[in-house]
Formats: sequence, structure tokens, C-alpha cells
Amino acid sequence: MIETVQIFVNGKAVNIPAGTVVAAAIAAAGITQYRRSVNGAPRGPVCGMGVCMECRVTINGRAQTRSCQTVCEPGMEVQTDE
Amino acid sequence: MNDPRQTFEIAVVGAGPAGLAAATVAAETGRRVALLDDTPWLGGQVWRGEQRAPSLPLAQNWIQRCQRSGASWLRQTSVIASPKPGVLQVEYPDGAGEIHFEKLVLATGARELLLPFPGWTLPGVMGPGGLQALVKSGWPIAGKRVVVCGTGPLLLAVADGLKQHGARIVCIAEQAPRAALLHFATNLLSYPTKIIQGAKIKMRLWGVPFLTGTWPVHAEGDGQIRSVTLTDGSRNRTEDCDVLACGFHLEPNVELPLAFGCQLNGRFVRVNEWQATTVDSIYSAGEPTGIGGADNALVEGQIAGLAAAGRTEDARRLFSSRERWHRFRDALSTAFTLRPEVTKLATNETIFCRCEDVTFGRIKQFAGWRNSKLQTRCGMGACQGRTCGAAAKLIFHTGPDAVRPPIFPARVSSLLTPSTANPNLQTKQTP
Repeated sequence: MIETVQIFVNGKAVNIPAGTVVAAAIAAAGITQYRRSVNGAPRGPVCGMGVCMECRVTINGRAQTRSCQTVCEPGMEVQTDE
Repeated sequence: MNDPRQTFEIAVVGAGPAGLAAATVAAETGRRVALLDDTPWLGGQVWRGEQRAPSLPLAQNWIQRCQRSGASWLRQTSVIASPKPGVLQVEYPDGAGEIHFEKLVLATGARELLLPFPGWTLPGVMGPGGLQALVKSGWPIAGKRVVVCGTGPLLLAVADGLKQHGARIVCIAEQAPRAALLHFATNLLSYPTKIIQGAKIKMRLWGVPFLTGTWPVHAEGDGQIRSVTLTDGSRNRTEDCDVLACGFHLEPNVELPLAFGCQLNGRFVRVNEWQATTVDSIYSAGEPTGIGGADNALVEGQIAGLAAAGRTEDARRLFSSRERWHRFRDALSTAFTLRPEVTKLATNETIFCRCEDVTFGRIKQFAGWRNSKLQTRCGMGACQGRTCGAAAKLIFHTGPDAVRPPIFPARVSSLLTPSTANPNLQTKQTP
């Protein structure tokens, strides 16, 4: 059996397999806009390897965290820029 | 685990194939070795997921050999500056510190080369390697319609991987002409493992349209991608999709070598036969010295690690193997040369610098990268010009030529500790 982890994306509970990165959990929650660009345009992950910075979200209160480089931990609170 | 100050004989930055090999062989000679990487796993981007879900025997061998070698593995460790020679200032998820070293191996790998075209900033437009990396880390792709385009052997490998995860591959569009690909295929005859790998992929992708000499023109969508228009230069075709994976092969990560003052040779770090850079006691191996793939990186990494450990005779035994993989590297570079059209896709309204939302129309008014930065803030956002800077080098023949600390975005607290005793947070490169 695959171990699952529950995190909260914009307050909504999401259950994902252990080892999932936050960027993937956000997508699993059906969200496509991770942040807004300086002119307010929607942006989502691009490089998937921590370089482009497009997938930045707030994780456990820490803003500007790369969701593609952060592995989900139980109870994690993730906030996208809606 | 995170002592503020640690001392090693050899520090290796990057735990992909080159860094893994360098750290392993150096540690096996009895040296005190540190292996650092930004990620939580061994294997870098190309072997991402191998530590958690093994699939490639070659990757498994190296990861396990590294774990037995005695090298200290410092995961999730980003290098943010070099306050003085022989010292790396690093950031951990929960703190910061210094790594002191005598010899340094820079195996910083590569990233995807992303080129601007109308619609490339829409959510759902991603680098093929980036998408594959995310899918390996749990990204839901099953049932999604995916167009894979750009250039390089990665396109087929990614399409194959995505299909295995349940994606519906609409088509694969490779910008290189068919003749160049056929020539590359004949070159592969001297690399049996590559032939087998390629044949297996082609078989699994049976029925998926593979368009050569075809590239993206623009992507459409409202808040996320809905379709992409491709062209072969005379005819356009529009394909509906949920995800567009588009990348133009790889761009070497030379920021750290540049910060140490290593000279480049074109886009790549200049190295000698021992993989030594132009800076004393600093070596480089793998993609930063030329895009050659994992096999080439393993050989170069071993040579760098052995040379750094003073075992030059052992290193010399690997020269012929390196020569062979360098021929493969040259064949790659020839086959996937970018056609001029793909560097002219952006219109005046296209965002060029994604971090600061600077359009192509604004940037092209200014001569030189430095001037563009001053006038428009392009390349001055969170990615520090890693995306638009690489594109600018190709499109405007000007781009980042120096690196300032922090080399990677860092927390203020990391910059204050523990180097407060040394406020001169400067690299040798900064004028």
C-alpha cells in the first residue's frame, strides 16, 4: 500500500502519495495559477528543477518558496497567489 | 547534521552523474570528500527519482557506490557565495554555514534552454525535462493531452516517460531537419547502448506522430494553455493540448564557475585534460564543460575526482573512454543545432524576462545585456537571468558575463551567518 500524506492547499485538504513535491500536489488540487507575475498574469511551474522560480508559493508561512523543490510533509500549509 | 563550519579536502558541487562519480572515486582514495547538492536526492536531474524508485542499473550502481565510498553527502545545500578562496558559503533549508576545501569540483549540470514565443508564459507551458521531473515527483499527467516540441534527444525520452505515466502524446515536433537526425542515427552505431535505448523508446512511441523540421509558433489559452500552433516553415498546424512541453536542448550551468573566475570557452567552462579549470585547484566535469549526457559526465567526473585526489595515472586510463564520449557529444551538438527561425519567434509583445515582465519589444531597444538590465530590469528578478539570459545570448548575442553573490537567491539570515566576521561577501569575479 502506498503511504499517503495530507497537506492543505489554500485551506483545502489534498491527499497525495508520500514523496510528492508541493508543485505536483498543487496541480493535483486542480490549481494552474501558482503565482502572479509583476503585471498580474498567471504563472505556473516551468523548469521543474528549481531554476526558473515560476512555481514560488507560500509554504508554512514562508513566502517565495519553490514548490518544485519542496517535498510534501504532513499538515503542510500551502498558499498560492490566487 | 548542519555544522556551521566543515572542512574537507575535496568539495564536489552537484550530485548528478559527474559529481557522483567525482566524489565517489575521490573518497575511495581515502580523501575527506563532501558532495553537495541543492536537491534532497543523489543523482541530479537526469537520475531524479532513482534513489526513491530505482529503474536504471547504471544509476543504482553509482548511487550505491557513492553511499559506500565514505563521501559526506550534504543534501539540500545551495552554494550562495565564496567569501574567500577555499570557502563556500552555503544555505541549508534550516540554516547556513561554510564549507572549507582544498580542491573543488564544479559539476553543476545543465538546465533546459527555453526560448520565448507568444504564449510561452501561459501556465501549462513547461520544459520537457521539467515536466518529466515533476511527473516523477507526483505531477498528475494521466489522461492529459501533451504536445512535446523543441529540440534534442530529451524530447523522445520525455514523450516516452510521459506516455508510460498515462499521458496522451498528441505529437512530437523536433525542429532539426530529418537529414540531420538520420545522420545522428548513423553516428549512434558506435554506441550500442544508445541504439538499444533509442529503439526501445521508438517502439513504445509507435503511433505517436513524430514531426521533424517542425517548431512552435505560438501558444493560445486563457489562464492556461489550450492549443499550440506548429510550423514546418510553409504549413501551420494547430493542436489542442493541456500541456505543452517545449525546450531547446540544454544550457550549461556556468554561474558558479563564473563566480569563481573560471574562464569559459564559448558557452562552456574551459578545462584541460585533467578537467582542471583556469583557476588553481578548481575542476569541472559534465554538462558545464559541454553537453554530452550522463555517460560522458560519468567519465569526466571520474577524471576530475581522481585528478583532484592526486591520482593522475588512474585518471589517464579514462582518457580514451572520454574521447569516445566526446565524439558522441560533438554528434549531439551537430544534429540538434538550432535553426535561426526558433530564435525569432518572440513578437514585440512577448514577455522576454519572465521574472520582471519585460517584453521583447522593450529589450531589443537597448544595446548590450548590461544596458538592457539598467533600463528595463530584465534578468534582475528571482531567477537572476538564468532563463532570459540564456535566451539573450542566443537571440541578441549578448548576455550575462559575470555573476554577483548571492549566486542563488538566499535568505537574509543566511547572508548574515556565519560570515558576519567577513563582511566582504565578494567573489573574485566581481569588479
